[in-house]
Amino acid sequence: MSALVIIAAITVVALYLGMRARRGHDMNLEQWSVGGRSFGTAFVFLLMAGEIYTTFTFLGGSGFAYGKGAPVYYILAYATLAYILSYWMLPPVWRYAKEHRLVSQPHFFTRKYQSPALGVLVACVGVAALVPYLVLQLKGLGIIVSTASYGAIPSTVAIWIGAVVVTAYVIVSGVRGCAWNSVVKDSMILAIAVFLGIYLPVHYYGSHAEMFRAIDAAKPGFLSFAAKGQSVTWFQSTVLLTALGFFMWPHTFGSVYTAKDERIFRRNAAILPLYQLILLFVFFCGFAAVLKVPGLKGGDIDLSLFRLSLQTFDPWFVGVIGAAGVLTALVPGSMILTTASTLLANDIYRGALMKDADDARVAKLARWFVPVIALVAVGFTLKGGETIVALLLMGYNFVTQLFPALVCSLATRNRVTKQGAFCGILAGVLVVVITTVLHVSVGQLIPFASDSFKDINIGFLALGVNIVVLAVVSAVTQPHAHADHKHASAH
Amino acid sequence: MSLRLLAALPFIGILIGVPFVNRTEPLVLGMPLVLAWIVMWVVLTAAIMGIVYKLDPRNRAPQDAEVRS
Repeated sequence: MSALVIIAAITVVALYLGMRARRGHDMNLEQWSVGGRSFGTAFVFLLMAGEIYTTFTFLGGSGFAYGKGAPVYYILAYATLAYILSYWMLPPVWRYAKEHRLVSQPHFFTRKYQSPALGVLVACVGVAALVPYLVLQLKGLGIIVSTASYGAIPSTVAIWIGAVVVTAYVIVSGVRGCAWNSVVKDSMILAIAVFLGIYLPVHYYGSHAEMFRAIDAAKPGFLSFAAKGQSVTWFQSTVLLTALGFFMWPHTFGSVYTAKDERIFRRNAAILPLYQLILLFVFFCGFAAVLKVPGLKGGDIDLSLFRLSLQTFDPWFVGVIGAAGVLTALVPGSMILTTASTLLANDIYRGALMKDADDARVAKLARWFVPVIALVAVGFTLKGGETIVALLLMGYNFVTQLFPALVCSLATRNRVTKQGAFCGILAGVLVVVITTVLHVSVGQLIPFASDSFKDINIGFLALGVNIVVLAVVSAVTQPHAHADHKHASAH
Repeated sequence: MSLRLLAALPFIGILIGVPFVNRTEPLVLGMPLVLAWIVMWVVLTAAIMGIVYKLDPRNRAPQDAEVRS
């Protein structure tokens, strides 16, 4: 019962904070979707860090460590490399967005390439990647609440309540609601993850070293990369690929626009790597569960942290962990909702259907899309089967396809044409769909390759095809030298 | 340009370094060697990016001047 009270209380706090965030701001489109570009270091930091602490990391990070062992290390590595890239990549993106008053990621592509069609394509890719991500948050929320309430609240009820809360404060406050709630979320998660990551191993094994020795003795090879499968090559290729895709998520890209100056990104590039070390403690929880709650299989590995907590702590503390877990679902969920609605209203509706719609109309429409997307996500969460799992697997690879066209657009003289960018992204996305649906791996495509080569992440194939198509189509559609010259002299 | 070379070090350390330390023993600070190696690079990355921030002249110019850079 005490667990339930704590979870309910934090949900009410989240709703209150989210609603209150609107105070003192006239919620026009720019305020609603990018906070009027007024956020300082702390808010931008938390929004960008918010990407790391989702239910996926809280449940999935520990579950991954529990179920697979060493491959979980990649999560620490890819974000670190992504932050290095952010130092040089984000300031020019921010400058351009500010100059052109952009409110979304597809908006950026539309302007840079002078092509609404490209904007629509990018928006579709974004929505296709975001909705499954939202479903994942809701699923996690259901698991957390039903486990932490000792079954008193069924996960279906929890999912509905969560969806209503998020929808309410997103409609009212947009990205400002997300920002305020991420303050609460991050302080809670920080304290709890560090505590659990130190307490559980020490409590059950005496020390971290003892724990790892015990695991190594029971499961030799579990703590380092295997020779085949999720091997070192898998690690290297996956880290590189996901590092490139990291900032291509529409909601992460959108959080870049909220900053009030560009120095924030360069400062954060030094702090964020340290901040995400908290994940290390989440891993420790998962490892601690390996020998203490053995036997979880398949999707159940994500429950490892909670199962171990249930048999370790009093109900009230399980409630605190559950409350933190609820926030890890609500906050990213609200960012995804804000972004997906902006994408639909600004880039698909205005970009493709009603080119002369004004900001007020788009802002109003975006709010209408919030409950619609939330309902779709709840529907998928409760009824979705294989499709949503497949979409989720594709999500990261989808957004990574935006990387080449984006980076090229940052060059002083961009040689990539709008046709090139469009065809490249489309080709890349198609390859992702085909390889995911058919479960193709590099090993199947090149059976004679060495074992380590076979473990290369198949996502590179899509990215490779994307780049080749982008280059070839751009070469063919290159404007005439004459026109090019005129263009250059105009600057 | 030298700043970018400095920032390339973590890529080398993590992507190219890991095959050479893919072992559990010896434990370092209680962690398997390969995990400790990655953690070390995360910490080094923060330090390196801190140095890059300090050395980068763009961060010393007044705020409104950097739009031109």
